[in-house]
Amino acid sequence: MSETNLRSATISVLVENESGVLARVIGLFSGRGYNIDNLTVAPVERDGSKSRITVVTRGTAMVIEQIKAQLDRLVPVYKVLDLSEGPHLARELALIKVLGTGEKRAEALRLADAFRARVIDATTESFTFELTGATDKLDAFLELMRPLGLAEVSRTGVAAIARGTTTIS
Amino acid sequence: MDHTNTAPELMNSGAEALLRALKAQGVDVIFGYPGGAVLPIYDAIFQQNEIRHILVRHEQAAVHAAEGYARSTGKVGCVLVTSGPGATNAVTGLVDALMDSIPLVCLCGQVPTHLIGNDAFQEADTTGITRPATKHNYLVKQSGDLVRVVHEAFLVARTGRPGPVLIDLPKDILIAPAPYEEPAAQPVHRSYRPQTAPDPRRIAEAVALLKRAERPVIYAGGGVINAGPEASRLLTEFTRLTGFPITNTLMGLGAFPASDPLFLGMLGMHGTYEANLAMHGCDVMLNLGARFDDRVTGRLNAFSPNSKKIHADIDPANVNKTVQVDVAIIGDALATLKALIAAWKQDSTKTDKAALANWWAQIDVWRSKNSLRFTQPRDKGSIIKPQYAIERLYQATRGRETYITTEVGQHQMWAAQHFKFEKPNRWMTSGGLGTMGYGLPAAMGVQVAHPDALVIDIAGEASILMNIQEMGTLAQYRLPVKIFILNNQYMGMVRQWQELLHGSRYSQSYSEALPDFVKLAESFHGVGLRAESVDDLDRVIAEMIAIDKPVIADICVDQKENVFPMIPSGAAHNEMLLGPEHKDEGPAVTNEGMALV
Ligand SMILES: Cc1ncc(C[n+]2csc(CCOP(=O)(O)OP(=O)(O)O)c2C)c(N)n1
Repeated sequence: MSETNLRSATISVLVENESGVLARVIGLFSGRGYNIDNLTVAPVERDGSKSRITVVTRGTAMVIEQIKAQLDRLVPVYKVLDLSEGPHLARELALIKVLGTGEKRAEALRLADAFRARVIDATTESFTFELTGATDKLDAFLELMRPLGLAEVSRTGVAAIARGTTTIS
Repeated sequence: MDHTNTAPELMNSGAEALLRALKAQGVDVIFGYPGGAVLPIYDAIFQQNEIRHILVRHEQAAVHAAEGYARSTGKVGCVLVTSGPGATNAVTGLVDALMDSIPLVCLCGQVPTHLIGNDAFQEADTTGITRPATKHNYLVKQSGDLVRVVHEAFLVARTGRPGPVLIDLPKDILIAPAPYEEPAAQPVHRSYRPQTAPDPRRIAEAVALLKRAERPVIYAGGGVINAGPEASRLLTEFTRLTGFPITNTLMGLGAFPASDPLFLGMLGMHGTYEANLAMHGCDVMLNLGARFDDRVTGRLNAFSPNSKKIHADIDPANVNKTVQVDVAIIGDALATLKALIAAWKQDSTKTDKAALANWWAQIDVWRSKNSLRFTQPRDKGSIIKPQYAIERLYQATRGRETYITTEVGQHQMWAAQHFKFEKPNRWMTSGGLGTMGYGLPAAMGVQVAHPDALVIDIAGEASILMNIQEMGTLAQYRLPVKIFILNNQYMGMVRQWQELLHGSRYSQSYSEALPDFVKLAESFHGVGLRAESVDDLDRVIAEMIAIDKPVIADICVDQKENVFPMIPSGAAHNEMLLGPEHKDEGPAVTNEGMALV
């Protein structure tokens, strides 16, 4: 299996919001040796009865098909949608704490502005930025912050949805 | 889930509601073992007599017994164990049932809800432990959910690809009053909707390929058995309609009558020469209810290299898992076979008679190798060949209502090769997990379901000791199970691999300090028999069958016999090793193959 045959997939899974359901999904990935690059989960129905799990994974085309089929056979799973099969939107939010003073601090603020990161907290020695965007945009911003005093990151993981009229249910 | 259709009725206790739900689900027997957390259920069992309880001697055996019951009847097996060690002891059985797609519901005690998470006495995270060991599991936290969960569990266990389902039952839920509702006539689950009806377009594509095939083969597995006896009947009808050769997996034995000339025998690691070479050389393969297991495919990149592959399976996750196929049919084997037969009859294309005749001529050449051949010396006092013991057992039981279970090892493979099954549900073996200790409790479950049948566990002397305590259960319930031990004083299958792959260094595979099986049978209120040479064999078999009690027949067999043919791990179907009867040179096993199990 050469690296070049691997592809990344963003898969949305609509599940019954019951105890243990996340453990089932994660256990499936660890038990069968699949990768989890990114994972988010939150209730999405008004009554809280369903949750949406978004998982970003990597594998050969055959493995990705397996992952989808294995997810689909879990009893509390309503629907599995491979968003990467079509045009879709994926966003992540990060809270980023940068410590520093002087020129580095000013540079961090300039770059944050260029990336449209919002300052949500500040002291004379720190900024906390909020940045939303695609994973690679967040990664790029974090790389820039590293030499400027990057101290802490908290990321939500990817939320994703298909473009156009396609829906998961 | 919409499982209920009547107004709820409040029962005195959760345990009573539970039993009522079990009855509504058709449960007539439970295999179980009591303990503190499940005492309320045992109390409710005591006060009724519709459901019979079989007290096993170890919880693993309860699960295997329920498997034997399920596999021989087509019904859902039911198990009851206590919390903590009761649950953990059941885990091997659950995984066994998961691997072999056996429908079970395992009821498990749990500490009261308010103690969960406190490391209470005999608390275990049972749903956590059994999540990957079951098709699905539940923890009932509210009395109002209890009956719904039970009905749902049976639906999940028996539909789609069948499997084990566990319900964890905290003690307070079993004690408190609980509402009871009947199951819905047509239960519909919120999220779980397995596809059972095959797509007609895929059926048409399959038939188009099959009609034009020059070298076809049908490869049928346990999915056909799971779909009920009618599916096996239709498999036979379809195969005869086509005139195609057919092979069965270990799990599929009995789905097609072994005596039919179209039958090539079992395929795979210890399958027949003709079955494996037909798989290797075919141009169209129809897989019905099998999963391209590694025991069947051998080395994947050399598996049936020139064929178009059609795969019909109830579980979409089985399709394109290890082998890429050309036509995937998702559906129940019964519905699929019905559709295939109808489409075959409707499609007016004539099959290529000349090509098929050539193919059969080729197969007959392979067949004439007689790859299961062995030689039994007949001089007085000759040591018994294990294959011969199975063959004589088969001959002696023909015409009877016979059910065979096995343990795991060489004896299991010889049983699969030399015992011929004409009907489904007569053969229970641990295929996917390969669990030593499966056979005796499974036979127990079969005998409970079929009290008048002849039920035989074909065993090895090592495996049988893994659940030998169940001799007590046999005695208690007067279950006249026959244990037919091919005693080679070795963990034979381990010894065989050590001989072939590890320079005959027989590390830890000698069965040291064995019990006297005759006395052991007697001490458990059964009968012990022994055959020491070929002169004793038929007499011992006849006696064993005639005795209406549990019997251990200790058959002393050749210690050095190996199972052939054999496709060594990592080899392809056409790189099969034949036995000493055949002088062919086999391939050396590669390092990569050595790493496989
Ligand atoms: C629970 C369990 N432990 C270990 C094994 C590995 N194993 C497979 S076959 C075998 C030897 C079985 O010996 P025996 O029951 O005497 O049967 P034989 O092969 O001699 O016919 C062993 C140890 C297994 N399958 N199951």
